[in-house]
Amino acid sequence: MAEPVIELKNITKSFGPVDVLKGVDLKAYAGKVTALVGDNGAGKSTLIKGLSGVQPYDGGTVHFEGQEVNIHDPRQASALGIEVVYQDLALCENLDIVQNMFLGREETSNGTLSEPTMELEATQALQSLSVRTVKSVRQKVSSLSGGQRQTVAIARSVLRNAKLVILDEPTAALGVAQTEQVLNLVRRLADSGVAVIIISHNLVDVFKVCDDIAVLYLGRMVAQIETKKTNQTDVVGYITGTKTYEGSK
Amino acid sequence: MSKQETSQMSAPLPPQAIASGHEGNLRDQISAYGSRLKNGEMGALPAVGALAVLTGLFAALSPFFLTKLNIANLFVQAAELTTLAVALVFVILLAEIDLSAGVTAGVAMDIFYLTVKAGLPWQAAIVVALVFGAAVGALLGYFVAKIGVPSFVVTLSFFLAFQGLALVLLGDGGLFRVDIPEIKAIMNESLPTWGGWVLLVVMVGLSAGLGFWDRARRAKQGLVNRPISILAIKLATITILGGGTIFFLNLNRSQNALKPIEGVPIVIPFVLALLFVGNFFLDRTRFGRHLYAVGGNPEAARRAGIKVGAIRIAAFMITSTLAVVSGLFHVSRIGVVEASAGRSIVLSGVAAAVVGGVSLFGGRGKLIHAAIGAMVISMIDNGLGLLGLSAGISFLVTGSVLALAATIDALSRKRSGSSVLRS
Repeated sequence: MAEPVIELKNITKSFGPVDVLKGVDLKAYAGKVTALVGDNGAGKSTLIKGLSGVQPYDGGTVHFEGQEVNIHDPRQASALGIEVVYQDLALCENLDIVQNMFLGREETSNGTLSEPTMELEATQALQSLSVRTVKSVRQKVSSLSGGQRQTVAIARSVLRNAKLVILDEPTAALGVAQTEQVLNLVRRLADSGVAVIIISHNLVDVFKVCDDIAVLYLGRMVAQIETKKTNQTDVVGYITGTKTYEGSK
Repeated sequence: MSKQETSQMSAPLPPQAIASGHEGNLRDQISAYGSRLKNGEMGALPAVGALAVLTGLFAALSPFFLTKLNIANLFVQAAELTTLAVALVFVILLAEIDLSAGVTAGVAMDIFYLTVKAGLPWQAAIVVALVFGAAVGALLGYFVAKIGVPSFVVTLSFFLAFQGLALVLLGDGGLFRVDIPEIKAIMNESLPTWGGWVLLVVMVGLSAGLGFWDRARRAKQGLVNRPISILAIKLATITILGGGTIFFLNLNRSQNALKPIEGVPIVIPFVLALLFVGNFFLDRTRFGRHLYAVGGNPEAARRAGIKVGAIRIAAFMITSTLAVVSGLFHVSRIGVVEASAGRSIVLSGVAAAVVGGVSLFGGRGKLIHAAIGAMVISMIDNGLGLLGLSAGISFLVTGSVLALAATIDALSRKRSGSSVLRS
């Protein structure tokens, strides 16, 4: 198999006496969607915060595109090409879609904003994901539905040429139709050559869109399996600890 | 997909294209504007409506209201409040408040007076006063952004302390004449009549220049432009309203046949320049964009790499510095510095911004809104004064208008937020 975009080996992290991550391995490949599942408290958020640079790991190694890296702040993660789409999306409702997509990285010429350039690039990023649910790129985010907001947040990572996009519960707050749209978007994002990691509690979604499933149980990675080689009952077993994953094939 | 989204897709666009709001003819643009209004993005429209109603009302009730002298007075009175309201917009956009802006201006003018008295030229004294304003703003911003004191509390404490400082600087009941012709001229003299027409040419020229430049840049990227008729309407509106006002102000409004008073008051070009430059920064620079972002969602701004603390401090500095400019206009108008200056006007300034459509919740509003709001508040004051009603009535009416404006703000925010729950 090709080289993974990101490879975590033996990652550890403790908060005082509590060991949250006890030697976790994880791989994510370009063009593939990897699900990160696990019960509350399994350590999913801690694992992601380390990748995004918000909370550096205590031990273990991180390889990004084969190079060992040491991510200790968000800007560094961003410079590598790691983008996290948080559950609360971090969009400014009073700004429009283009303004949100370029927030903090506005393009300027002679000190003034290059609105037409940004509008064009934002439109192209949305079109590269075949987004059709957005009426106008100059709509205020306050007028968008939850699914449309998720779309904007994901398209923003495309605009930043992300190589690894981490989505935190992208469908948690969405209805059926919008969940479908967002999952399709995630698929297209991966198909464009990006490595995607999704954190999700919804196994139906996971089986619909993910290529790989990684299961965290009490700070240990108990399984990383190809989706087509497993089934929901087994995965629920790994998540709850009632089943043990027997070796890789 | 919801019904609403489906109907949006059926708009006459090439397949797969995403619109930008610039498409369609004049009628499409007007209906798009209408639907933005319905979604609660009303901007200054209620305040413009209020201006029209008040003008009609006072014109009907008082024969003096529409006289040349009164209109010119109204503009001069509004200039001072407009400057303060514009100053306050910068912190209100961050959902913060600066209750000390008025007394900061007051103290800065005391310092101005003392500096001139000490023998420095008035130009240097203005610089000293402005630097004092900026320093106060930096201190306020530091308390708010770095220490985390709510702006209401920290500016309230400055509001109290600076009333004391003014008394210390000028002595109890201190009231001193400022006899500098250049300063007095700002509010009390007028441009020559040709100066008014130059002002109009500059205004229309700048608006046209920016309008055509924007269109050219969009065209260069292959983007659709709004129909040119919209730009034409905008320029025509500026020409007609501006030209009409200037024509009116250029008529002799003196009641003394020997000493004519005519022309645009000198303060007007200052206020217009302030509005233009401020608007340019807010709309067309990264700083302005980041200011709106921090006002809309500080956490999102922080995650996008914006230095939220620095933006907050900068906003407080701008507010205090511009407040000093309004203090200068005040001194120019009344010709004295006094220890009690600036205590009450700050609340009118906040009221003006909110009445004009600047949201107290942060992130929404433009400088021109504050200017229109300041006109409304000034007109209420002026009109009720002409009708011989007491100051008590004026406060009652102003208070009611503010309550109404704040209600509109809260409701429109609710409406634009409720779309999250739809679909």
